Amino acid sequence: MTTTTTTAGAGVRDLGKRFGEVRALGGVTLDFPAGRVTALMGENGAGKSTLLKILTGDHQPSEGTVLLDGAELVLGSPARARAAGIRIIPQEPEIIPHVSVAENVYAGALPRTAGRRLDRAELRRRITADLDRLGFSRVLDPDLLGSQLTPAQRQLVEILRALTGEARVIAFDEPTSSLSEHEVDALFTLIRRLRDQGVAVVYVSHRMQEIFQLADRIAVLRDGMLAGVLDAAEAGEQELVRLMVGRDLSQLFVRQNVATDRVVLQVEDLTTDEVRGVNLVVRAGEVVGLAGLIGAGRSELALALAGDLPVRGGTVRLDGRGLRPGRPGEAIRAGLGLAPEERKAQALFLRRSIRDNTSLVVLDRLRRWRFVRRGAERELAQGFADRLRVRASGIEQEVRTLSGGNQQKVVLARWLARKPKVLILDEPTRGIDVGAKAEIYQIIADLAREGVALLVISSELPELLGLADRVVVMQNGRITGELDRAEASEERILALAMADDLSGVGGRGADGGPNGHGGRTGPGGPEGHGDPGREKEPRDEGGRP
Amino acid sequence: MTTSTAEQGVPEVERGGRAGGALAAVGGQNLSLIAALAVVLALFGLLNDNYLSWTNVQVIAEAVTITGLLAVVQTVVIICGGLDISVGSQAGLASVVSAMAFTSAGGNPLAGIAAAVGIGVVIGLLNGAVIVYGRVNPTIATLAGLAAYKGVAQLVSNGAAQGYVLNDSVFVFLSRGRIAGLPVMVWILIVAAVAVHVLLKYTDIGRNVYAIGGNPTAARLAGINLNKYLISAYVLAAVVAAVAGVLLTARTGSGQPVSGSEGLELKSITAAALGGCALKGGKGGIGGTLLAVALLGALENGLTVQGINSFWQNVAQGSLLVVAVVIQQRRSGERAVGLPG
Repeated sequence: MTTTTTTAGAGVRDLGKRFGEVRALGGVTLDFPAGRVTALMGENGAGKSTLLKILTGDHQPSEGTVLLDGAELVLGSPARARAAGIRIIPQEPEIIPHVSVAENVYAGALPRTAGRRLDRAELRRRITADLDRLGFSRVLDPDLLGSQLTPAQRQLVEILRALTGEARVIAFDEPTSSLSEHEVDALFTLIRRLRDQGVAVVYVSHRMQEIFQLADRIAVLRDGMLAGVLDAAEAGEQELVRLMVGRDLSQLFVRQNVATDRVVLQVEDLTTDEVRGVNLVVRAGEVVGLAGLIGAGRSELALALAGDLPVRGGTVRLDGRGLRPGRPGEAIRAGLGLAPEERKAQALFLRRSIRDNTSLVVLDRLRRWRFVRRGAERELAQGFADRLRVRASGIEQEVRTLSGGNQQKVVLARWLARKPKVLILDEPTRGIDVGAKAEIYQIIADLAREGVALLVISSELPELLGLADRVVVMQNGRITGELDRAEASEERILALAMADDLSGVGGRGADGGPNGHGGRTGPGGPEGHGDPGREKEPRDEGGRP
Repeated sequence: MTTSTAEQGVPEVERGGRAGGALAAVGGQNLSLIAALAVVLALFGLLNDNYLSWTNVQVIAEAVTITGLLAVVQTVVIICGGLDISVGSQAGLASVVSAMAFTSAGGNPLAGIAAAVGIGVVIGLLNGAVIVYGRVNPTIATLAGLAAYKGVAQLVSNGAAQGYVLNDSVFVFLSRGRIAGLPVMVWILIVAAVAVHVLLKYTDIGRNVYAIGGNPTAARLAGINLNKYLISAYVLAAVVAAVAGVLLTARTGSGQPVSGSEGLELKSITAAALGGCALKGGKGGIGGTLLAVALLGALENGLTVQGINSFWQNVAQGSLLVVAVVIQQRRSGERAVGLPG
């Protein structure tokens, strides 16, 4: 199916993208023909977002070309991609809260009178015409303020923005994640209309049903490579899942089961804003993998356990003792450690030394009458730097100058120094190179042998299968299944993680508001972003139903 | 890297070992401050023979004491990621209160000092509570304080200087006394600066303060009680501002609601920023701040000695603040607003 005979529409040829040492995309040749809907599928980190970001000019490809109507297109910037007619509807719409829908839609190109004054009459004429043309005049009042919009309306504003000017290619990045069912229907009607008008539609989603409803062609990415392109009419669900995973399992890290019977962490019916009714047990020496798609609530569960998110109900017991929610300090003293997902934003002090970063949670053990015993501190930091083989010029090196893998080791060193009973590792190998990954797997295995109870969150299924004695799968804030090592496979995990219930979608509005947890800083955020190598899917910030 | 143990962990050291040994211990930021100070001293020393005399140096030291005290605590607040622009008004209020309490207690200096410190604790708790529990941006919260505390000081004093304290030996000692050849006021600054320096550099409290400013999320996940630390920082700032207010009373002889304290917030923030504090928190130190205080004091004194219009001194200070922050942003590689990445 990957023919190179392009007539109209967009395409990419031998497209590759590297972030430092990590390859996010390699040798992808794919067409997005005009008048068709091409679905883009793949696991977390398969390269979907990287591909979209190259199309929209956010990333520069390391190799290969982008074509539009068969001619090579040099996309220097988002503005040029836009001028060429390429649009993206982001997963989390960017809405200016305090101005009207009309001003939101035309932001940056508002009509104005000779004296540079806003031409309100023209603005109104334009928005009414556009709404009528697209059949949205009933669902979207142009005078509403950005902050008053429902998730679906916010999405519509993004779509309207995309359709101003001549759009040739429109990419939707998981557009239905915050929509209710009838809103999804309306969206699909619009997408079909766009397709019939000759727009090349790119549709990224995890939801199988949607894809079969909507797509004409399905392209599957895996590990940054094109795994295959199928005709939607002929493709089967099984076939797709196999394309998405199919990896050589023999190369994986496999560790021995050293789990004991002693329950260390016991979670009963834990409910937060994003997590509902979670029951979970982790035993001493056991590695429990927590699988699920991005936004399934795994990181939120981890933060709630660490006392960093408000808990609505349920109990957490550590060695039989109940933990009061909302108190990270108490969780740490009880013996729980969390190496969070966004290590730069949530764990590290980038401008401080390895020593400072390592000793932070054990200062209470290192101090004498509030004075930090610096000799003991150095010894401790040096000891862990040696043991974890942190590659640096010394323990006084600033953490921001370390590679991703070594930064992750510093985070691990901090918690190892605390000697926790339970250690939660959220995406411990994200964005780090293969060698460091293997070392981190070894550290996890060693910790299990020492009797630490480990909960490992990972979006890389082979990693989870290699590490975990048991895999717990989450979707939509709930646990949808649990698989023993013997019965766990990528297919079964994915099936549980994607348990496709459009009916469960809807309900609470996804306001996408910044509630302060996790990595979604603004475009100017100086730190916290920049883990290269994994695709940067916009993180779910709560609010998702 | 061949860093010796002495300089390890000094926050203002950009990269240990760059210039080796002693130089690295001082740090890049401080080196440029020392250079600037040397230039200022040399320049005014050449222009005026008396400028570098021991007497004038002591005049400078005394003149910067109050600014210095406030700059030292401002440094702590800024390292936490906060800002307190109400310190000047706090000092003014404390000055008035100390003089009035002194008078109404029948000339009891301890009553005056205790009342001022008490007011400081209350103001600090108030500032901290508004910022932490009211979730008000520290700049706005203390801007409100800047106006309100000044207003309170003017209300209780009717806008006029209050009481006369220089008939009391304690206040006389504070304003004119000497210990080992140095003015008492300078000693107070030295003691406060050393105490805060030790707190920041050698205790776990100091480590946590840097952690909170450097990455609040990570600090919270490391189990640090942010609220407690932030409120404590504002209380510390307000108590030291109250002490500064008492010194102001001692120096001028009476409680001053506005005169002498107005503009101290600008000076203290300028000194902290010039001294290497990152205004977004997590970086800075007492050494740099004190050097910056000395630089500002030497400059101000020099301009006065040369008979330059004092309005120009405000212009000079404002410019220094901007220059200091611009240099800092360049160094940290901050991305400019509005430029695509």
